[in-house]
Amino acid sequence: MEMVNVMIDGVSVQVEAGSTVLQAAQKAGINIPTLCYLKDVNQLGACRVCLVEVKGAKALQPSCVYPVREGLEVYTNTAKVREARKGVVELLLSNHPSDCLNCVRSGNCELQQLAHQMGIRKVRFTGEQSTFPVDDRSVAIVRDPNKCVYCRRCEAVCKNVQGVNILGGIGRGFNSIVGPAFGHALDEINCTLCGQCINVCPTGALAEKDDTQKVWDALADESKHVVVQFSPAVRIAISEEFGLPYGTISTGKLVAALRRMGFNKVFDTNWSADLTIMEEGNELLDRLQNGGTLPMITSCSPGWVKYCENHYPEQLGHLSTAKSPQAMFGAMVKTYYPQTDGIDPASIYSVSVMPCTAKKYEAARPELCDSGYRDVDAVITVREMARMIKQAGIDFVNLPDEECDAPMGLGTGAATIFGTTGGVMEAALRTVYEVVTGKTLPRLELEDVRGTMGEIKEATIDLDGTPVKVAVANTLARAKEIMEEVKAGTADYTFIEIMACPNGCVGGGGTPIVDALTRTKLPEDYRALRAKGLYNDDENLPIRKSHENPFITAVYENFLGEPLGHKSHELLHTHYTPRKKYNLECND
Amino acid sequence: MSKIASFEELKALQVAERAKIAVRDGQAPTPANLAKHHVLICAGTGCSSSNSMEVKEALEKQLVEAGLDNEIDVVKTGCFGFCSLGPIMVIYPEGTFYHHVKVEDVAEIVETHLKGGQLVDRLLYDIPGQNKKAPDMSHIPFFQKQKRVALRNCGTINPEDINEAIAHDAYQGLGRALTSMTPAEVIAEVEKSGIRGRGGAGFPTGKKWKFAAGYQAPEKYVVVNADEGDPGAFMDRSVLEGDPHSILEAMAIGGYAIGAQHGFIYVRAEYPIAVHRLEIAIAQARELGLLGENIMGSGFSFDVDIRLGAGAFVCGEETALLTSVEGKRGEPRPRPPFPAEKGLWGVPTFVNNVETLANIPVIFTKGGDWFASIGTAGSKGTKVFAMAGKVNNIGLVEVPMGTTLREMIYDIGGGIPNGKEFKAAQTGGPSGGCLPASALDTEIDFDTLVAAGSMMGSGGLIVLDETTCMVDIAKFYLEFTQDESCGKCPPCRIGTKRMLEILDKITRGEGTMEDIDNLETLARTISSSALCALGQTAPNPILATLKFFRDEYEAHIVDKTCPAHVCKKLLRYEIDPEKCKGCTACARNCPVEAIEGAVREPHKIDPAKCIKCGTCIEKCRFGAISRA
Repeated sequence: MEMVNVMIDGVSVQVEAGSTVLQAAQKAGINIPTLCYLKDVNQLGACRVCLVEVKGAKALQPSCVYPVREGLEVYTNTAKVREARKGVVELLLSNHPSDCLNCVRSGNCELQQLAHQMGIRKVRFTGEQSTFPVDDRSVAIVRDPNKCVYCRRCEAVCKNVQGVNILGGIGRGFNSIVGPAFGHALDEINCTLCGQCINVCPTGALAEKDDTQKVWDALADESKHVVVQFSPAVRIAISEEFGLPYGTISTGKLVAALRRMGFNKVFDTNWSADLTIMEEGNELLDRLQNGGTLPMITSCSPGWVKYCENHYPEQLGHLSTAKSPQAMFGAMVKTYYPQTDGIDPASIYSVSVMPCTAKKYEAARPELCDSGYRDVDAVITVREMARMIKQAGIDFVNLPDEECDAPMGLGTGAATIFGTTGGVMEAALRTVYEVVTGKTLPRLELEDVRGTMGEIKEATIDLDGTPVKVAVANTLARAKEIMEEVKAGTADYTFIEIMACPNGCVGGGGTPIVDALTRTKLPEDYRALRAKGLYNDDENLPIRKSHENPFITAVYENFLGEPLGHKSHELLHTHYTPRKKYNLECND
Repeated sequence: MSKIASFEELKALQVAERAKIAVRDGQAPTPANLAKHHVLICAGTGCSSSNSMEVKEALEKQLVEAGLDNEIDVVKTGCFGFCSLGPIMVIYPEGTFYHHVKVEDVAEIVETHLKGGQLVDRLLYDIPGQNKKAPDMSHIPFFQKQKRVALRNCGTINPEDINEAIAHDAYQGLGRALTSMTPAEVIAEVEKSGIRGRGGAGFPTGKKWKFAAGYQAPEKYVVVNADEGDPGAFMDRSVLEGDPHSILEAMAIGGYAIGAQHGFIYVRAEYPIAVHRLEIAIAQARELGLLGENIMGSGFSFDVDIRLGAGAFVCGEETALLTSVEGKRGEPRPRPPFPAEKGLWGVPTFVNNVETLANIPVIFTKGGDWFASIGTAGSKGTKVFAMAGKVNNIGLVEVPMGTTLREMIYDIGGGIPNGKEFKAAQTGGPSGGCLPASALDTEIDFDTLVAAGSMMGSGGLIVLDETTCMVDIAKFYLEFTQDESCGKCPPCRIGTKRMLEILDKITRGEGTMEDIDNLETLARTISSSALCALGQTAPNPILATLKFFRDEYEAHIVDKTCPAHVCKKLLRYEIDPEKCKGCTACARNCPVEAIEGAVREPHKIDPAKCIKCGTCIEKCRFGAISRA
């Protein structure tokens, strides 16, 4: 690795050639403030907050994109630099609603942090403020362009990480904002509602649609029997909201918190994840044996499903008809559960806690009413759940560990790894292998399918002489690569797992927001740290294969009959809808 | 047409083609073309919009009817420069200059001039103050101090005929470069000429080429910036409309110098005539083998494509232009890396302005030394200015660097109309500044203009007289910059808006002295922090007017008056009772019934009702109404 010597504020540091001044400064112990910069996502040099003086350069230079070279001399804290940065932030504030007190991002807003850091007590520049309409039409994402600082991080993540590319700069001058073309709303276009844009937004311009009040109302309604499920990644991600280290498993504390909030039953989506493996695994075997459409592709990730409906409507036959764990849970909690507990299904209000914004859309799908009711009544993200716990005054960190309720509260290690890329594949293979071969897997950990952010993994599993080739992809940009192969007929896989979000659900659009500085300071990508937590959880759980979950065995014995049976088809399988890219009247 | 296989063939073709238009050199017709007269009619955008092409059609028709069509060649040309006189017609070999020619004048021109050999007096130019008509262009003061290098072929050749361009030495420079010079020698010649970029920043062209040549890459590009966006500027348009081959030739020379085989011309879609002529020129050059594979048998290949801009000022900034050529939203990107290293699609590229390139072929026919002999120590050659505003002669002017503003405005421009007082000269467009009367004797070049508090820019020159409010002028430019900001960086997106709001407040009479401080603070912040030159220079119109005309700002703020009587909110309309005859014309025409008074009695304006539209002043025949 070629190293170069640079001088930052008189401190000499050696950094790799190709680094930026921003990186060199961090090495010299200086955190240059940034706004549009986001590691691995956005390097534009646009916001002008990270300006520095470079010796020999006429103008101030953006440190996030300025390349180092041997002998470079940089000054990060001169009067000129401070004045320019402060002026820029004041200008941003002069066109930003001063509603920090009631903004969803108060406390973790990067603009607020900058204003505070620069000691801005008065904004010298005042004038017209933007008055764009707020787009709150979709069920999952609220876009408030008036809070947009035009950092373009959402555009970058949507275009480069997700490959969906629905956000871009529109308008000119003072009216420039990021948004869908022609000012369309998110529900009018091919937005997958994956929520990655929210995770990268430094301000409150993008947020999940807040459904917490719906849940509070249900909890306060004595006629309602309120049950809750929480998905695999939630037990890890929730920890960060309470200051616990990345990757901490907080299942027990979360259960305790949910009980204290007043939920009548606290269940676990891991249970229905195991159920999903039973159905999806058997569906794969059925397709293999009976000449069904292959490769079969997972359908747990609602962002991915919507993407497939919008972009590959003719390929929907590849999607597993098995519902996602959230949806299976929803159907079962208003059919199977009342039977076991003698509760009127009409009184059940079913809440799910998800690392995902697209799950709000999934729950609202008209086809997900197989219980005779809306299967899932409210979906809240990890962020919303954390806010509710804080609103309830619960001292999360010091809660005792508690266990979920029966009969839908026990999940296996196979279920818990659903929360990271490759997890569904690994869980499915653990079961399919044993079902097909009748042998015990020699080693449960299938490292070949464990990927990292934006990676496509391939593996071939030997099912007693039958090689089965599988692929695992995360992010929609990678999904597109796979789907182009599927479309061309060149994908020689039997089974494919696709997760919409980077690194799977641990990188979901409903997980805690990690600010730009933290992203650069963490020793590893925060999503990889969360995934490690899930793998630890798997290793520590007593049962690690879905088909060995006694509560799953019980549900088949007592209620469903057999996988892919009549009742399963009625409650646990679904269909998909071919969609055009644009849901507009001018479509044709 | 067959392809030109060698430089020698091109030289021979030049001699043959020049003979065909010898009449335009004041000579007798040659056997190659026996036409006795060549009637040149400007087909630039200016003259075309005042129906010059209808004049041409009428002339051609009447020549056929008169049986003269074999004796007279009618030729459409590029711009002559004296645009306020359009449509312009020049008849050779005499060089007679007719202006404001209408379709109705054609019959007389045919009868009197082309048949009768007499000049049509009434269409000749009146030389100001001499009570004399100008028989030809050399007698017109507007042309006398000009030196046409970049515009050398504008108004002399048919831009849609490559043979006429070849007659006027097109592709000779390329031929010389390809046959007798190495790429390094080509760059050395450009460096020797001392030419600096005409697009605004004045960066040495040779250096730019050298940088791009210095990066090794399998693919490189030559890009022409024809996204001329300064309000009122049209030098690049005129070159493209009048002499498109000069640009193609220069691109090929540049391509040879840096090792590029492909070029793009990024031209505004609002220049349809320029685009059309470029398309014709490219097709004709390809047909003759002057673009394409193995040019003139040299082994060097080069071709050109056009990309249309959608009308964003910021796309004149080179990195925004490249982004736009790539098919993305036109936004600048930070430099480094410079285009010479990572330009179009990430490969070494140079971006040159049209006027810059128009000079390149001459540097290779007449030599870098010849070019360097024109101009000042730091700025070589000539500069084309689009002169407009409160000046008698409006048009396109090309002068040697070092010409003074006074020569430009008074000798070439013919001074200020209506006996008004000169107040300022605005140069450099929205990035430039206003220079006061004290700067009239500044010898204009890149460096002196910056030292004086303005800049060359692309060559806009707007003359302002005593009726111009300098705060209002600053506001005009800020409105433009704010409209045209791409929005990418906050200083430009929001900062220019805030400056504009303050200016607006001041012109409404609601400003405070603190606003001037805020303007200065904002200007400092924006110029030090904006991403591209558009933003960095956006405060210049304010800084320059504050520097030279601070008293006008203070008059608006402290005295609540607009000294130039421009800012409506600060105006008061008054009727002088001594002069008012009580004719009632003002009261009858006032759209808001703000004027009262009995017949033959002095009238009065109710300031509460008055909307300051100025109708009463126009209607008063006694000069009794004034703005104060």
